[in-house]
Order: sequence, then C-alpha cells, then structure tokens
Amino acid sequence: MKKIFIGTIVLATLVIYSLGVRHERPKVGSPVSLSTGSTTNTKTNSAVSTASGSSSTSGSGAATQSQAAAGAYKDGSYTGSTEDAFYGNVQVKVTVQNGKIAVVNFLQYPHTHDTSVFINQQAMPLLQQEAIKAQNAHVDVVSGATYTSQAFVQSLSNALSQAA
Amino acid sequence: MGMPITVEVVDSSDSALLSSTFNYFHEIDERYSTYKDSSEISQINHGLPKTQWSTEMQEIMRLCEETKQETDSYFDVEHSGKLDPSGLVKGWSIWQAAQKLLKAGAADFYIEAGGDIQSNGVNSEGKPWLVGIRNPFNTDETIKTVRLNGKGIATSGTYIRGQHIYNPHAPEKPPRGVQSITLIAANVYEADRFATAAFAMGKAGIMFIEKQPGLEGYMIDDAGIATYTSGFNEYVYA
Repeated sequence: MKKIFIGTIVLATLVIYSLGVRHERPKVGSPVSLSTGSTTNTKTNSAVSTASGSSSTSGSGAATQSQAAAGAYKDGSYTGSTEDAFYGNVQVKVTVQNGKIAVVNFLQYPHTHDTSVFINQQAMPLLQQEAIKAQNAHVDVVSGATYTSQAFVQSLSNALSQAA
Repeated sequence: MGMPITVEVVDSSDSALLSSTFNYFHEIDERYSTYKDSSEISQINHGLPKTQWSTEMQEIMRLCEETKQETDSYFDVEHSGKLDPSGLVKGWSIWQAAQKLLKAGAADFYIEAGGDIQSNGVNSEGKPWLVGIRNPFNTDETIKTVRLNGKGIATSGTYIRGQHIYNPHAPEKPPRGVQSITLIAANVYEADRFATAAFAMGKAGIMFIEKQPGLEGYMIDDAGIATYTSGFNEYVYA
C-alpha cells in the first residue's frame, strides 16, 4: 500500500509539473492568417515605426497583468508568447510608441475552418451569421471594446515584459 | 470613468459647446467614479444613508433597478455588496450630453465615450455619420460600417484593464464564447444598458436582443463569426 501511495504522489507531482511546464512552454502553432474563412486581411499597420524587439515566442505566460499596466515602456514592437485559449491559440504583437501601447495586433487567433461555419436555421430562425472581415472603409468614429481574454493578457504581458 | 471621450460638432464653431460637454463628463466622473473616494458613489459604498443621496443618484439607481428587471437580472450594479452603476451611467451621460447640445442649438454632432456613441444629423460632408465596429481581434481594424441616422450605438466586450462585465448568475465565471456585442437602439442609453446585459448572457445574448423591440445587435464570437439580428442590415453601410 505504501508503494502505491508513494507512486501516487510521484505521479501527482509529475502531472502538476507537466501542467506547469505546459503552461509556460510556448506552443508552436502554424501561423494563422489574421482573417476568418477565405477572406484575407491585407491591411498593413502603418503605425509601426520601429521594428526592433524580439520575435521570439519564448517566455513564460505567467507575467502578471500589473506589468501590463506599469506605464512607460521602451519603444519598439514586441511579440508575445503563444497562449492556449482553449478554442485555439492567441498570440499578440504589441507596438510601443512614446512609452505607451500604440497598437496591439493578433498574430494568431482562434480560427474557424470554412467547413465548420454554418447557419443553424432550426436553432436560430431569425438570426443571421457571417464571418467577420477587415474593412478599409472610411468611418467617422468607431464603436468597440478593447478586447482581452486570459490568453490575450498572458501573451500581451509577455510582450510587454520585453518592453519594460 | 477613465475613458477617452470625443465630441465633434460640425454645425457650430462655438468652442463653448465642446468645453461645456467635457465639463459635464468631468462632473459625472466626480460623482460616479468608484476610483475616487470623494465621489458620491464611493460615499454611498462607505455607508452614506439613502436619504442623503442626490436626486440624480436616486434616479440612476431607479433606472438600474428597472434595467435589472428588464434583463432577467443579468444587468446588476451590485457586486460583492458594493454599488457600481457605471454600466448604466456611461450611456445615460452620453445621452444627457447629447440633449444638452441639442438644446444649445447644435444639430450635427456626435459624442463618443469609451466606444459608445450618440450621433445626430450629418457629418462635415453633409452625409450620415458612419460608424465602424471595431474588430475585437485587432483593435486598429473595423469589420463593419453602419449608418446610425440619429440612433445610438454601444459595444460591450472585455477590456484590457480587465473583465468589467460578469454574469451575476455565475460571478466566478467570466462570460464565455462572445468577444463583443454591438447594439443599435433609439439612443445610446438604451444601447449601452442592453449591451452590458446581453454580453453578460454570453451567446444567448443575441437572441435576447432579437426579441426586444427597437434593438438590433451584432455579436462576434470566439471563432470570428458574427451573429446578427434580423433588422441589423437596415443600418449596414458596408
């Protein structure tokens, strides 16, 4: 019984360790286009002035959000770690200008394949669906929230830890 | 409220219109900011008796209670024993500020605070104001353009500074599955309070909006798929 008990502890330790490692290790995902379905995002980011900084995806995802709120960062572009968002990978690139976050781009975000995009007429008789795609239309003003999720925060924190 | 505010008035060059609008938002912030110890809402959360609340605060709390009833309790300003009506005050104050501009004689303007917008009249080219809906996956892109024709628009989502909306029926779980929901309503007050509630409902939120008369919505889910209500296309420009 004692051996089984010790074995269980060893196993539990390994499981906990592997979870920790899995959490910290960057996932190597194939780069996903920043668009959904067959649409292609051709919009380039003209706000990027300096393109220094690391493009590595290494680093811990354990950086805290307080780092993200810490104020002055070094100017440049920084690529965050790839984080598992359960439904796919999230990876961001943050561009810092004048010590502040200027632009946050998603290098990877959860991607739905064309085949899984469908409209369930029975479930939603009135609602309609479409894949979102970037526009170049001129607008007077923009409505929207600045997005985050846990995976986003972790990738962003990682990117900003490089800018600190 | 700690958010950027934009005011554009095209049919008047009277800069006093702009400064009085910003002063109004400053007053709102002084009264409702839970980050300021001196604000009335902070004093209330430190025990200020209801009899000493301002008339406006009592009206705001009445509206919050009304909204809670209308949204199956998904809209709730009481979190862990503290009151935070900012989810209603934002839209309400934009709408109030727009009324003040109208009374002062402006007709062609918009007011935007934290991504929620009330527009009136036309833009500097004499055309309807065009409002872009931000791509929740890429904050410097828009994915839809709508014409408001005097109506209000508001988007709820999660913010970089942290989850600001939660599901009161399951406080420990952030709403899942939805990146953002944008609502168009008769005015920004209606759009904002229902957007807050619909976002807290998760994916069921868009069907709730479909059933509400006078509200149209555009919900973007985790997979980048938009689900929108049957009347939303009437506002779509591109």
